[in-house]
Amino acid sequence: MIPLTWYLILSGALFTIGATGVLIRRNALVILMCIELMLNAVNLAFVTFSRHHDSMDGQIFVFFIMTVAAAEAAVGLAIIVAVFKNKATVNVDKINLMKW
Amino acid sequence: MLDVILFTFIAIIKISIVFGLLLLTIAYLIWIERKVMAHMQVRLGPMRVGWHGLLQPLADGIKLLFKEDIVPYKASKVLFIMAPVIAIVPALMSFAVIPFGNKITISGYSIDMVITDINIGILFILAVTSVGVYGIILAGWSSSNKYSLLGGLRSSAQMISYELSIGLSLIGVLMITQSLSLVDIVNAQSKWWFVLFQPIGFMVYAISAVAEVNRCPFDLPEAESELVAGYHTEYSSMKFSLFFMAEYANILTVSAIAVTFFFGGWRGPFLPPVIWFLIKMFLCIFFFVWIRSTYPRFRYDQLMNFGWKFLLPVALANIIVTGLVIVLIG
Amino acid sequence: MLESLLFIIMGLIVITCAIGVVFQKNPIYSAVFLIQTMVSLAVLYILLHAQFVAAVQVMVYAGAVMVLFVFVIMLLNVQRADQELGKDRLIFQKVSAIFLGLLLFAVIGIVTVRSVLQGTKGEYTPEHMNEIGNTQLVGKLLFTDYVFPFEIASILLFAAIIGAIILAKKELKE
Repeated sequence: MIPLTWYLILSGALFTIGATGVLIRRNALVILMCIELMLNAVNLAFVTFSRHHDSMDGQIFVFFIMTVAAAEAAVGLAIIVAVFKNKATVNVDKINLMKW
Repeated sequence: MLDVILFTFIAIIKISIVFGLLLLTIAYLIWIERKVMAHMQVRLGPMRVGWHGLLQPLADGIKLLFKEDIVPYKASKVLFIMAPVIAIVPALMSFAVIPFGNKITISGYSIDMVITDINIGILFILAVTSVGVYGIILAGWSSSNKYSLLGGLRSSAQMISYELSIGLSLIGVLMITQSLSLVDIVNAQSKWWFVLFQPIGFMVYAISAVAEVNRCPFDLPEAESELVAGYHTEYSSMKFSLFFMAEYANILTVSAIAVTFFFGGWRGPFLPPVIWFLIKMFLCIFFFVWIRSTYPRFRYDQLMNFGWKFLLPVALANIIVTGLVIVLIG
Repeated sequence: MLESLLFIIMGLIVITCAIGVVFQKNPIYSAVFLIQTMVSLAVLYILLHAQFVAAVQVMVYAGAVMVLFVFVIMLLNVQRADQELGKDRLIFQKVSAIFLGLLLFAVIGIVTVRSVLQGTKGEYTPEHMNEIGNTQLVGKLLFTDYVFPFEIASILLFAAIIGAIILAKKELKE
């Protein structure tokens, strides 16, 4: 039986990798993917806590997070497609019109 | 300890029997299809290799095995090699939860005629088959060929759209049995087959299953006249045959689900359960071939309109009606 | 024993693939790695007795959300049009990001290791859950205790569908 702390550490590592990815990468698609990675890390933590507390609430929350992730992916990708149509790039360094 | 060893031993035997029979059936499915279609078109079909072409699948297999294995120069190699594997593994995996018969007892040890009976049975099948789409998308993309890409995009868009209708059409049955385990679903049909309670659900399932496995009249992904061969245009040798096998394994899977959900699974009088299961499954497969040799192909926009604007609302209405009836009857 | 082995294997796969997502040049390889991460996470969910979540994880994330990603990557054909710039716009961006990431991981690690998992136990132990069935329980709770968030989630999805269609729609006048 693996101690539940290990799952939490794994979740933390996953979250960290996702967050680092958002900071490092300039490709908007990969940034969105890294956000998905972070959401997955949160899901893992939720399920772990649900197992620890012998309660179902964590699993229900995972369900809602998945809903939000699906909505976020759909809208985010639509925005990226719209931006790509205008600027022919998905590099977030080049999408800087709002700066001026 | 002895129990654990015995359990593992039996599990391995069950897996190898199911897996071996599955591959054999896939090989002969191609022969059946060619034969049935030929006779429907007043031809003879394969006749040369063996009695009435019975050894044809073997000959085809050997031929494919010895063909040159080509990887296009501009293809992205890793994905090109991975794609057929991603296509076939999920197609074969879903048979792990399908019950083929009742419990049998061999020297005091009762064995379920199902590899594993898990409490999320149908969800497992839906989840596993939804991964199979990647085989097709990645094959289309990694070949760096426009026909492959178009075929892959078409095929995956079609599979995703019709996957929804498949899932929703099965929910009616799940509401009646109140269980996701396929063994429970078969047991609930000891009196009446669910096709009697869920005729609309079955119709929706049948149509979307044909679309899901990319068969005629929904075989746009490999419309020869437009796309050469669709997503596997650039594939040759064993990789091509893996795609072929995955396609036929998917046909077997949807037929097995149809039998389990709507036609009472292995239940039937006189004959042994496994035989009944196989008879029902092959009738479903015959139905597939029959449709293929009867109908012309859809147009792509017709296909999408039909899936989203007709099939999906009908499936939803079916769920609502089923729920209402269950509440009223109690 | 078997469980620990499975956890270690899956944990290693998850971490390796997550790193792959971040450091692959081509976005489609990132997507493939992300799919692998999600499928391996589903195995971990099964180890935690959350079968429904595991199935939905594969179905929704791997089967739907990531297909969308792969579609968009193919549609934009980004790999040729948009190779990432070799050098960073900001100085030391990569180095400092990795440093900050390690710091974050250290903080999370220290907090999880030093604090003991505590709190009251609920009624749904794995044995009790197996009696009722995990999926049945999730369904029951979703339509009783959580019916309001559930409805809001459906409205959110509806809004997202409309938003995505309007954003990605072709301009009719041209």
